[in-house]
Amino acid sequence: MTKPTTRELQIIQSGPMTLVQDRGRSGYQQLGVSVSGAVDVDALDIGNRLVGNDMNAAGLEVMLGGLVVRFSESTMFALTGADTSATLDSVPVTANVSYVAHSDAELQMGIANNGMRAYLAVAGGVGTPSILGSRSTHLTSAIGGSKGGKVIEGDVLPLGDASSKSISGKVFEAESRDTSAKGLNIRILLGPQDNEFSLVGIETLLDSTYSVTDQSNRQGLRLDGPVIESKSGRYDIISDAVVNGSIQVPGDGKPIILLADRQTTGGYAKIATVATVDLSKLGQVTPGTNISFVSISIEEAQVLLADRQRIIIESELPRVVAPTNVTVDGIDVAVGVAQNGDSMMAELDGNIYPISVYEYPPV
Amino acid sequence: MSIFTRIVPAGDSAVLIELGSEIDPMINDQVYSLASSISKEKITAVIELIPSYRSLLVSYDPLIAGYAEMQEMMSEIVDRSLDSVEGVAVEAKIIELPVVYGGEDGPDIEAVAEHSGVSVQDVIDIHSGVDYRVYMIGFAPGFPYLGGLDERIAAPRLKTPRLSVPAGAVGIAESQTGVYPNASPGGWQLIGRTAIRLFDVNRTTPSLITQGAKVRFVPVNSHD
Repeated sequence: MTKPTTRELQIIQSGPMTLVQDRGRSGYQQLGVSVSGAVDVDALDIGNRLVGNDMNAAGLEVMLGGLVVRFSESTMFALTGADTSATLDSVPVTANVSYVAHSDAELQMGIANNGMRAYLAVAGGVGTPSILGSRSTHLTSAIGGSKGGKVIEGDVLPLGDASSKSISGKVFEAESRDTSAKGLNIRILLGPQDNEFSLVGIETLLDSTYSVTDQSNRQGLRLDGPVIESKSGRYDIISDAVVNGSIQVPGDGKPIILLADRQTTGGYAKIATVATVDLSKLGQVTPGTNISFVSISIEEAQVLLADRQRIIIESELPRVVAPTNVTVDGIDVAVGVAQNGDSMMAELDGNIYPISVYEYPPV
Repeated sequence: MSIFTRIVPAGDSAVLIELGSEIDPMINDQVYSLASSISKEKITAVIELIPSYRSLLVSYDPLIAGYAEMQEMMSEIVDRSLDSVEGVAVEAKIIELPVVYGGEDGPDIEAVAEHSGVSVQDVIDIHSGVDYRVYMIGFAPGFPYLGGLDERIAAPRLKTPRLSVPAGAVGIAESQTGVYPNASPGGWQLIGRTAIRLFDVNRTTPSLITQGAKVRFVPVNSHD
């Protein structure tokens, strides 16, 4: 008799801030409800694909690393976004690969070292309650997530039903998204209120380098750098709607880039808007990062979005391990070993597990 | 199309339609009317609409429709919508909010009265004596931007905002009045409180107040 299984994620340590996030809560902005959602949506999408999830599935967004979780049952998972030198039961696991964790296995993340946020995707997705169509956490309005807030030590997060078709050992060949490099070029579209700024003001935005201050969070990145001149000396407009990536300029003339947790409306003129394809990079910037802006046309931005769809959503995900069949005690089993970055993995009966190179040196 | 209309991209996934450059009830009516015209079209690419005082933001999926196509669709609907709203009186829904003024519920009412040079009872009478237009919802879930506060009781924001203002608090800031749907930090002078829950994610219609409605504050002696 099989006992009923409850697939859960037990939170042993939460790290500085871990949040349940999906692609966000759209459709209620006219009621003042913020969209929220993963700030590095590319990382969330890649994670969901690796574990065979629906693209609307929720994962954990782990700021700066430090998360320790235990899987109650055998569960497929993948880590994406910032690297955290993670281990599964002390065996290294690399980002952008799907693995299977045994029941009671413990996944431990170290400190994020090449970005701000790591993402944990689990087969079936995190199954906390869906509020107004989304599981995303919006902290200031206490909507979504784990009881309206961040994930804390001792939480037990339910997992959704996993697709039976998905197999582990898939890899997403990520281009290097290292944001520890000193400078970041962000593509923008001027407007919708660039007409409120002088030509000098617009040139200042396009020709200067701005640095990300520590007054930055999921609501927005507050930048420091040259003051942007408005036409009238005023920066306020009649409050209107803002979007993900709106670059608003408040009274001090220094730009703020609005991100996932932004309020739905704002009263400052918006000189430009970040191209959607570059938003995920902004979800990984750390304070002190230098940003410069490049203006592109809306046609270019929309072509880039179509490219993103092909690369992130529709690309083939190769399998890291090519198994060979061996016979053990008269039973055929598929076994294989592969290396991805610093981590080794083994295939056994179709599942990919991380292994320690010291225990099982590759042939 | 009115000469004040401006249709511009707000990034690569939204179109902003500005119908004027001031806070004006008629322009605001046109914004509602336009939003409802666009909703009725059930355009596949349209994700959501965010109306505000004098503009409407239409967010869309550029993988379904490019900007040129969206721009053309929107201009066409704007033309039709503005033609039809001309001279049509919009019947606004009135939402009554019972408010206990003063005391613990309205700790700043005396300061407002003093600033305005009127009595506390005058503040209550003036504040509850008009219906307020809901120009837009923003800032926080269910937070209404109300227009129509009598200038006699306009009062500055607090020098030091409160760390926590209770849900339902009714306040004044400059020539605006509003109600906090949820407990939050806030710098408005508080004159009363309503026990009505303005926003609840568990209701079919989470926000009691929606754009286009009118809010009427009704003085009551207790929250029972």
